[in-house]
Amino acid sequence: MTLLGQVLGAADEGPACYSRTVNEWVCADYFADRGAELVEATQQHLLITVLSVLAGVALAFPLALLARRLPRLESLLLGTATALYAVPSLALLPLLVPFTGLSMTTVVIGLALYALTVLVRAFLEGLRSVPADVVESARGLGYAPWQRLWRIELPLALPVVMAGLRVATVSTVALTTIGAIVAYGGLGNLILGGVETAFRAQLLSASVLCVVIAVVLDAVLVGLQRWLTPWARGRAA
Amino acid sequence: MSVVADTWRYLTDPAHWTGDGGMLDLLGEQLLLSVTALALALVVGLPVALWLGHLGRGGFLAINISNVGRAVPTFALLALLVVADWPGTASFGPYGRAGLATLVALALFALPPIITNSYVAVREVPAELKEAARGMGMTRWQRFRRVELPLALPLVASGVRLALVQVWATATIAAMVAGPGLGRVITDGFYRSNYAKGIAGALVVAAVALALEGLASLGQRAVTPAHVETDPHKGGRAGAGVTP
Repeated sequence: MTLLGQVLGAADEGPACYSRTVNEWVCADYFADRGAELVEATQQHLLITVLSVLAGVALAFPLALLARRLPRLESLLLGTATALYAVPSLALLPLLVPFTGLSMTTVVIGLALYALTVLVRAFLEGLRSVPADVVESARGLGYAPWQRLWRIELPLALPVVMAGLRVATVSTVALTTIGAIVAYGGLGNLILGGVETAFRAQLLSASVLCVVIAVVLDAVLVGLQRWLTPWARGRAA
Repeated sequence: MSVVADTWRYLTDPAHWTGDGGMLDLLGEQLLLSVTALALALVVGLPVALWLGHLGRGGFLAINISNVGRAVPTFALLALLVVADWPGTASFGPYGRAGLATLVALALFALPPIITNSYVAVREVPAELKEAARGMGMTRWQRFRRVELPLALPLVASGVRLALVQVWATATIAAMVAGPGLGRVITDGFYRSNYAKGIAGALVVAAVALALEGLASLGQRAVTPAHVETDPHKGGRAGAGVTP
């Protein structure tokens, strides 16, 4: 639409429902005119969330395996996780800035650390929940340690691990908004902009989208768990 | 790294700590706000959750409120409360709408861990103990007061500890919507490209968070018998998870 067209359109229909004078919470014009912005923010939000959780899993799994062998490391790891968990996200991200600057890396590292605190516990508890006699049978059948881990212990630990993964993912979606402090917050950027200009349509749309993303990713993980553990279908989770 | 040196300089300058709007002032503000919100949440959430746990009803709600609390970004709720016409006056000052909005959001986000943990704590008192108490002729109130409540206390305490962590984190985030408290030092620093100030604020917030967590864990240990382990994150049955 040209500038002239915009002016004429405004004259015809009055101010858009998201303009400052009207400022409605829900507004179709907003989606029509600013939809691209919303889509872009959603993509960034998803990217940050997925990268953080994947990094969390990639770190948590080997750490949990190590901690299982070294009880000292386990208590150190759990203590650190509890302390880290107590540090507010708005304080953790600035503390990473001297090292990684105002970048997406800062947000991903911060969120991966939070995800890690949940995931290490989930892996440890999951592996611990595998019945000892099953592991013993696998040993008796001649499974090598790596095979035992991969084909016996991990599948049986999966329900507990997946429960932790769901908690970590849903929290990460919500926490990503705080990345707005270093300008990489996905939908959080729109929320921050919405507060500064009291832009209701943008604020509400971005907030609702955050919750929708959390619910959708949670559902995806539930589906993944059902697909990975066919033997547990029909039983209560 | 010059930012680190600048941060140190910011922290060691007494002018940044004392005086009107100094960090000590803001720290007091945030502590007051956090304690008020936690007290509000305890007054509202504890009796309901404990009694529901005793009755064994409303479990779906009590468990799922934690899941809902996790999915809703604290920042988004704070922002919505501030931009809405409710509550408080339209003035944007620290004790105007932003202050009230902060208090409401803080109390709301403190509720899920308190409710879920308290409900589960009473619910999971062993059935044979409840049966024995009934067999001894205790009334419903006596069973609740003298059997279930003492046994539930450690897990309830761990819920309060989680709520405290949550409240402190949310109170910090409140600064992103012009609320009061120490988070302002962080947001001011970052919005005005004075990163040393922002990082200094983050250090203070993190230090106080760790101190509060330490105090809470001491308190929890005080009400926990020596042989019971109630790490808030273990077992995965209660409101564990990342919520700051």
